[in-house]
Amino acid sequence: MSHPVVPIKVYVGIFLALITLTVTTVLVSKLELGEFNFVVAIIIAVIKATLVILFFMHVKQASTLTKLFVVAGFFWMAILFTFTLSDYFSRTWLPQVRWW
Amino acid sequence: MSTTLPHPDLDVRTNYLNADYGWKSWLFTTDHKRIALLYLFSITAFFFVGGAFAVMMRLNLLSPNGIFAHDTYNKLFTMHGVVMVFFFLVPSIPATLGNFLIPPMIGARDLAFPRINLLSWYIYIVGGVMALAAIVRGGVDTGWTFYAPFSSTYSNTHVILAAMGVFVAGFSSILTGLNFIITIHTMRCPGMYWSRLPLFVWGHYATALIQVLATPVLAITVFLLCLERVLHTGIFDPSLGGDPVLFQHLFWFYSHPAVYIMILPGMAVISELVACFSRKAIFGYGFVAFSSVAIAVLGFLVWGHHLFVAGQSMYASMVFSFISFLVAVPSAIKVFNWTATMYQGSISYDTPMLYAFGFIGLFTIGGLTGLFLATMAIDVHVTDTYFVIAHFHYVMVGGMVMAYLGGIHFWFPKITGRLYPEAWAKFAALVIFVGFNLTFFPQFILGYLGMPRRYATYADEFHTLNVMSTAGASILGIGYLIPMIYLAWAWRFGPISPQNPWHAKGLEWEQSPTPPPTFNFIEPPVVTEAAYNYSGEEAEIG
Amino acid sequence: MADSDIALHPPELKHHFDDAPQQLEASTLGMWAFLATEVLFFGGMFCAYTIYRHAYHDAFESTSRFMNVTIGGINTGVLICSSLTMALAVRAAQLGQKKALIWLLIATLTLGGVFLALKADEYHEKYVEHHIPGPGFQYEEPRFAQQAQILFFLYFAMTGLHAAHMIVGAGLLITLIVMASRNRFSSRWYTPVDMIGLYWHFVDIVWIFLFPLLYLIGHTK
Repeated sequence: MSHPVVPIKVYVGIFLALITLTVTTVLVSKLELGEFNFVVAIIIAVIKATLVILFFMHVKQASTLTKLFVVAGFFWMAILFTFTLSDYFSRTWLPQVRWW
Repeated sequence: MSTTLPHPDLDVRTNYLNADYGWKSWLFTTDHKRIALLYLFSITAFFFVGGAFAVMMRLNLLSPNGIFAHDTYNKLFTMHGVVMVFFFLVPSIPATLGNFLIPPMIGARDLAFPRINLLSWYIYIVGGVMALAAIVRGGVDTGWTFYAPFSSTYSNTHVILAAMGVFVAGFSSILTGLNFIITIHTMRCPGMYWSRLPLFVWGHYATALIQVLATPVLAITVFLLCLERVLHTGIFDPSLGGDPVLFQHLFWFYSHPAVYIMILPGMAVISELVACFSRKAIFGYGFVAFSSVAIAVLGFLVWGHHLFVAGQSMYASMVFSFISFLVAVPSAIKVFNWTATMYQGSISYDTPMLYAFGFIGLFTIGGLTGLFLATMAIDVHVTDTYFVIAHFHYVMVGGMVMAYLGGIHFWFPKITGRLYPEAWAKFAALVIFVGFNLTFFPQFILGYLGMPRRYATYADEFHTLNVMSTAGASILGIGYLIPMIYLAWAWRFGPISPQNPWHAKGLEWEQSPTPPPTFNFIEPPVVTEAAYNYSGEEAEIG
Repeated sequence: MADSDIALHPPELKHHFDDAPQQLEASTLGMWAFLATEVLFFGGMFCAYTIYRHAYHDAFESTSRFMNVTIGGINTGVLICSSLTMALAVRAAQLGQKKALIWLLIATLTLGGVFLALKADEYHEKYVEHHIPGPGFQYEEPRFAQQAQILFFLYFAMTGLHAAHMIVGAGLLITLIVMASRNRFSSRWYTPVDMIGLYWHFVDIVWIFLFPLLYLIGHTK
């Protein structure tokens, strides 16, 4: 097979990290951090997803091309988000243009 | 179907068409060439279904008061758009010519996933049947763009059936694109570096990127629309707290890149035709290849130009407008490079080249008018008028359909092993060109003068131009019928074609028999020269 | 290529591929291309959700107390466990350990079943509270009723599609278990296990994002 065998303890280690991060995100959500709650929750989720992708999905050992495919999917979703939200967030910057 | 490799000493008249007989050998085939033919016949059928709706629309527009009820007219233009966009244009060149030619062009025996290829055709058929069912049950009247809240709340036509047909057909498109991307990455033969790929392959690679990355967003949009139609929770309905513009954002995130799905394969064909019939390597190969990918990527950043008058913020609109100007640049680069290829080339005026000339001229007109539409100050006047309709028909019909016909003629000998009658083909190309321009050029003027689109009636002052347009449409319709007849005749009775009737470069012509055997090559090919090496010493005089 | 060469190639190598590494690379890239489409599929809904969350901030906060964090949290843990068992299953296949492979696949399937059962319980809870969008929807605070219905609609659409993907995954796992028990896999070829593993992990990743966004944000008050 293409990638070397990963020792069981690596998988268990990642598993424990994921559980710990889950507990952390639940506990942090109970604190009053305002908008920061959202940011922290997303950061933790991204870290968890990255761990799953790199280790459980073997992307760390995969070819560069595979890594490019992985990044491309998320990058394209980011395009959808960024440009759509740019409309919604900028609607209040200028008065509504009327041409009637 | 047999899957053993052909023995080199086998009778060379055994090819993919006669390797096996019976309906099962066709409906359960995994041979990309047979699947391409399955698509060819189904796509042609849908073209004529969509065309029939167009004929009825143009008949209606012969007189200012129309002949159909307004609701009926709404259904006509909707079904024309749905069928032509989703069941003809999006699959057209990729699923037929792309499927057939990409493996031999890169020196492979098949695509990476032959069974998924067959599955994609079946999925297309299921989606097509659903769309036909919607037609038979009375059609849909929302426009092919399915704008909410009309489509989600107020229309009482079979929106869900049609939308789900589109949803299903989208998966066919995704699987085709996925297959192409993986094939081009992993199955190039020795010596077939990325820099030696035919531009046909580059164009389809760029198209496949769009198919894979854009279509899922259409899928979720249509899915949410159908749920909304059933549950009326308000996600797109302003009277219930929803935002109809959100639907438009999600819809056009796919549908704008989709129009590049509907032109890049055409450009891919034109590169091959221009090189062969100028007997010259494409000028600026790297620029053309890069431009294909640039169009695909930039095409994802411009969808908001469909929302200029929808209530989108001025800032977002300005960004979308600016990037829309940018995306015209790679298209222009291609047109310049094709022209430069022809300069000091040895031009022959065979039918495929006539279609290529038509493409270059008509696509340029269509593309330039796209720039007018990208300019917000102009768009507010011509949006939702016939100007827009003329623009996209110039690029999609004057562009893509001409490229499709050019490609069908060019590779007809390769696909069928026979030659088509050149005189009839030239005649049909001319009829199509005249009919097309007579149909759609008046529409630029009509739009500029203010005739709205998607209206069953119009003001008296637009009468003459509409009559011209309908006259052109009847000529265009005849023009499309003529090839159906002579190509069908030639497939059965045409003269047997030599291996390389055009003396073209490319693995599919030079190292694969005509028609190809099931696994495309007798000997595994090795590539030792750049693409379009027409000036090489071993090139034959055309 | 001589006929004898053809006869000696591994049975899992398809004729259109030149060698096994090429076939594996194609399969892996193909699965990742498919997962990219899934990212964009769910991404559209995440986008709609983000917009309405911001637009209807107060209604969103009011709905957050109806999200069952306990079930959501347990389900997150269940899915993470199932990802562990799936990764170990792929590893067992890689080492040719048939029995371990089958048991780990069954464990993954069972954990997936637990997730779905808890989800069903959660949906039932919502049904009882009249929070399922549609004709029967009722909301405790009338001033937020319209907006809450949109938010609950997105909740059900997102978790419902996620559950549908899990059900498909369960079907795929059953197929793998049957194939494994029929000795279809060996350390030389176990690509379906590998690929379905990728799919399963991806479904887990979707939940990793769904959980905080749907259950945790807005729970401070």
